[in-house]
Amino acid sequence: MAGIRDLFRQEVRVINLGLEAFALELERLGVPVIHVAWSPPAGGDPRKAALLAALGDEEEE
Amino acid sequence: MTAETIRAVVKPSAYQDSVTLLLLARQLRSGTGVLEAAALMATPANRELLAQSGLFTPEAAAAGVNDLVIVIRADSAAAADAALAQAEAFFTARQKRLEGAGRALPRTLESARRHLPDANLVVISVPGPFAAREARKALSLGLHVMLFSDNVALEDEVALKQLAVRKGLLLMGPDCGTAILNGVPLGFANAMPRGRVGFVAASGTGLQQVTCLLAARGEGVSQAIGVGGRDMTEKVGGLMTLQALDALGADPATELIIVIGKPPAPAIRERVEARLRALKKPCVMALLGREVKARQDGALTTVATLEDASEAAIAMLHGMAWIPRPFSAPPGEIRGRVQAVRQTLAPEQRAVRALYAGGTLAYEAVLILEPLLGPIATNLTPGSVGRHSVLDLGADEFTVGRAHPMLDATVRVEAIRRSAREPDVAMLLLDVVLGHGAAADPAGDLVPAIEAVRAEARAQGRDLAVLASVIGTAGDAQGLEAQVARLEAAGVWVLPSNAQAARTAACIAGGDPVMRSLLGPGEA
Repeated sequence: MAGIRDLFRQEVRVINLGLEAFALELERLGVPVIHVAWSPPAGGDPRKAALLAALGDEEEE
Repeated sequence: MTAETIRAVVKPSAYQDSVTLLLLARQLRSGTGVLEAAALMATPANRELLAQSGLFTPEAAAAGVNDLVIVIRADSAAAADAALAQAEAFFTARQKRLEGAGRALPRTLESARRHLPDANLVVISVPGPFAAREARKALSLGLHVMLFSDNVALEDEVALKQLAVRKGLLLMGPDCGTAILNGVPLGFANAMPRGRVGFVAASGTGLQQVTCLLAARGEGVSQAIGVGGRDMTEKVGGLMTLQALDALGADPATELIIVIGKPPAPAIRERVEARLRALKKPCVMALLGREVKARQDGALTTVATLEDASEAAIAMLHGMAWIPRPFSAPPGEIRGRVQAVRQTLAPEQRAVRALYAGGTLAYEAVLILEPLLGPIATNLTPGSVGRHSVLDLGADEFTVGRAHPMLDATVRVEAIRRSAREPDVAMLLLDVVLGHGAAADPAGDLVPAIEAVRAEARAQGRDLAVLASVIGTAGDAQGLEAQVARLEAAGVWVLPSNAQAARTAACIAGGDPVMRSLLGPGEA
């Protein structure tokens, strides 16, 4: 909860994953935002991705 | 010499989000000589879509799930090539824009955080099956999360919210369409002044309607926290609702709290109401459900429509008693205008066709229309039948391979044309949602179709009424006044809220008995 109260007192700074339009909109508003060039993990296979995540193998760059 | 041609291009490992691609496809479709265009990732579902539209070329067949496919069917090879060149230019321009600003283009959450080390919120709108994994990573890094994605498994939602509660973080969603934090609109939100009303909302368009009505009355938002539609179910246990209420209770800027959702499971409702009472701040609970009755109990007022949430809050903030009113305008004025509309309709024109972009607004319309007019056929309740119908055109069945009607009017324009041809239809009931994320000119996108179907009806010696409410604020980029004026110029009757628009529809369809129950006995 303290974390949320802190958030209410801070500037909102956003990491955006997914729809690029959201990042562009925030940028227009002058909100600090960084857009992630996200692509589906595990070759786009959700089941394989879930398995990898469960194994803690996050296969990040 | 021209001949119908299909051309396809595959861009390997070039993931693009669905909204970007749907808007590109729409742009390509409007090209000269282009008959059909598709731009999508070659997932199994999208391959199926291509096959259904006769666009499944050998190139598309060979593409993998992470490959982007663009297929054009045009009336000449030159037109198809021009469209492909246009698509290429779109991606080149986009890449230039991304790189030109000298911006970093991280590929993961972790590396994004290295570029923006003081980030405090992650907005996630990746496809549902991958969303929980990203949300878990964000929470583990101590970041608040807005989870816009839908199709997140219930067990993932519970686990994520438990983790968020342990870490004292927000997990807004899944399927969280709207939030406003520290004045920053997230997802689909309207330009709202900062103010003293705090929100916990299970619904995006529901939150938009209440905030816009409050803005029209000079109030603003302290914080608006989305919790997703399932938070107050037994399984999720109201985890995020309770967490958000505690935060708003402790927030000095929040003087009054509004909770928006469907009626929770009884045990959860008890828990939420107990928490609301303990906060010692005035509260309004807008619970959209068939059995909900408006009542006031100390500092807690329960209401059954979105507009009543705004009206009750205004009354409480000004220390006045709240008296529900079905219409803002005097009863005589509504009655007179309804009667005038009814005179333009043929006797068999008595059915309501509600065509919605906002899911909660559609649901609210069902709740208002049903007691007044009888059973409503709606895709919100599978298997429902009735003379009148309410469609949520943002539902999955209408948006497979198509953009949501809040972004792109194509699906709704088709529905307007279809519905208007049914001889028993008296009126179309619409919502027009403005704000961040919404289309640039939502009213302008609908007006040509509205004018066309009304002209068609008149040519057949009848008319067709069109009712709408506009969900927006004076600060929205689309311009609230201009959008209302555009609709009114096309003969649309624009009501101040969705609830009033639905009640007006009931008056037109139901005539005197409905008007008596809503407006009182009236003269003759």
